[in-house]
Amino acid sequence: MAYNWNWGVFLQPTATGDDSTYLGWMFYGLKMTIGLSLSAWVIALLLGAVVGVLRTVPNRWLAGIATAYVEVFRNIPLLVQLFLWYFVMPELLPEKLGNAFKQTNPIVQQFLSSMVCLALFTSARVAEQVRSGINSLPPGQKNAGLALGFTLPQTYRHVMLPMAVRLIVPPLTSEFLNIFKNSAVCSTIGLLELAAQGRQLVDYTAQPYESFIAVTVAYLLLNVVVMFGMRWVEAHVRVPGYIGGK
Amino acid sequence: MHEFDWSSIPNALPFLWDGMKISLEITLSAVVFGIVWGTLLALMRLSSITPLSWFAAGYVNLFRAVPLVMVLLWFFLIVPHLLESLFGLPRGTDMRLTSAIAGFALFEAAYYSEIIRAGIQSVPKGQMAAASALGMTYGQAMRLVVLPQAFRNMVPLLLTQGIILFQDTSLVYVSALADFFGAAYKVGDRDGRLVELLLFAGAVYFVLCFAASRVVRHYQNRMKTA
Repeated sequence: MAYNWNWGVFLQPTATGDDSTYLGWMFYGLKMTIGLSLSAWVIALLLGAVVGVLRTVPNRWLAGIATAYVEVFRNIPLLVQLFLWYFVMPELLPEKLGNAFKQTNPIVQQFLSSMVCLALFTSARVAEQVRSGINSLPPGQKNAGLALGFTLPQTYRHVMLPMAVRLIVPPLTSEFLNIFKNSAVCSTIGLLELAAQGRQLVDYTAQPYESFIAVTVAYLLLNVVVMFGMRWVEAHVRVPGYIGGK
Repeated sequence: MHEFDWSSIPNALPFLWDGMKISLEITLSAVVFGIVWGTLLALMRLSSITPLSWFAAGYVNLFRAVPLVMVLLWFFLIVPHLLESLFGLPRGTDMRLTSAIAGFALFEAAYYSEIIRAGIQSVPKGQMAAASALGMTYGQAMRLVVLPQAFRNMVPLLLTQGIILFQDTSLVYVSALADFFGAAYKVGDRDGRLVELLLFAGAVYFVLCFAASRVVRHYQNRMKTA
């Protein structure tokens, strides 16, 4: 096979004359991927915790709404959800708000849609972990809290949640890894994150192998960094006496 | 507020159904190939031959660390060229469907192999010991005693993974292959009715996946009581 390998291509200035190298494009994409994933993750954790708690409360309406929320976000493909947020949502908003959205900078539009989409998609999965964490606690803990005169919200806040949160850190690690991988889907609406920059590199450098290998390796590294970070967190929050505890 | 006009959907139904057939074709072939290749990977991972178990571990970790979109881009942009130059195929042969199936199967196999590995490990050790005591070889014991029990326990998880795979097939959008979602997008784009078509596509996916996951849960509960 006659293919000219040329790894030096990454250091060349780009053909668009934007005063950057192709490596610079990759870093821009990497920053976008990380910024998008982290901001969506924060929202997903908060929303997921609320919805997960609601699924376990002894109120049929609240639990029902939370269940419906989880089912909707788990049974529609991520790509479809993304297109719904990006193309459909602005049309359904009140006209003023929709127009205001459409007139903002396209990058901001893409980023906001992607962030909301990833956040809600992931929050449904976080909610499931929160629910199973709460359900895995011995029922005696809740009863003891109530017997001591705590109200139900107090029991959640001071007894059940502190315990449940520590139990669900390992499953949340894999959701955290997933949000980075899922962010690649946002390349489909034109957001220039890592995967999209990979495609651009192929078009502009005509060095498809180097471009894709570099981007794939970047994802692998990101994965390794997140995994080690979370392992450190896991080691610090482990509950003594539970499986994997000290 | 947006004025809804659903009139372009009835006429587009045959085209959308063709798309759905492509989605289902990709899903089914990827599930079958994924489970076969995933089983082999799981057996390699658990085998006592170190190079095999390293290969399987490397494969699984690699595919689980890379986004599916990236894997699909590899299979749509890079692999066809590689095959063309290796086998001297005419340029521009349309391999998108084959590429899609191959990409999904190789990717999902990594996830299936983890499910299957856990399934094999959940079979009590005594089963393997009893099979060897009866004079079976390792291969016979695996095939006739351990795997059948492991698969029975794994059916719900394998099916759930199949539902996730069905949702993920919408990502063939990156290759402009007209699966169900691609078809819906094309119709919406053509008629200027993107809002209606995307909502329709979302509703169809929801109904199908919700119903399928209900069936899996029903089966799971029945297994628990059995």
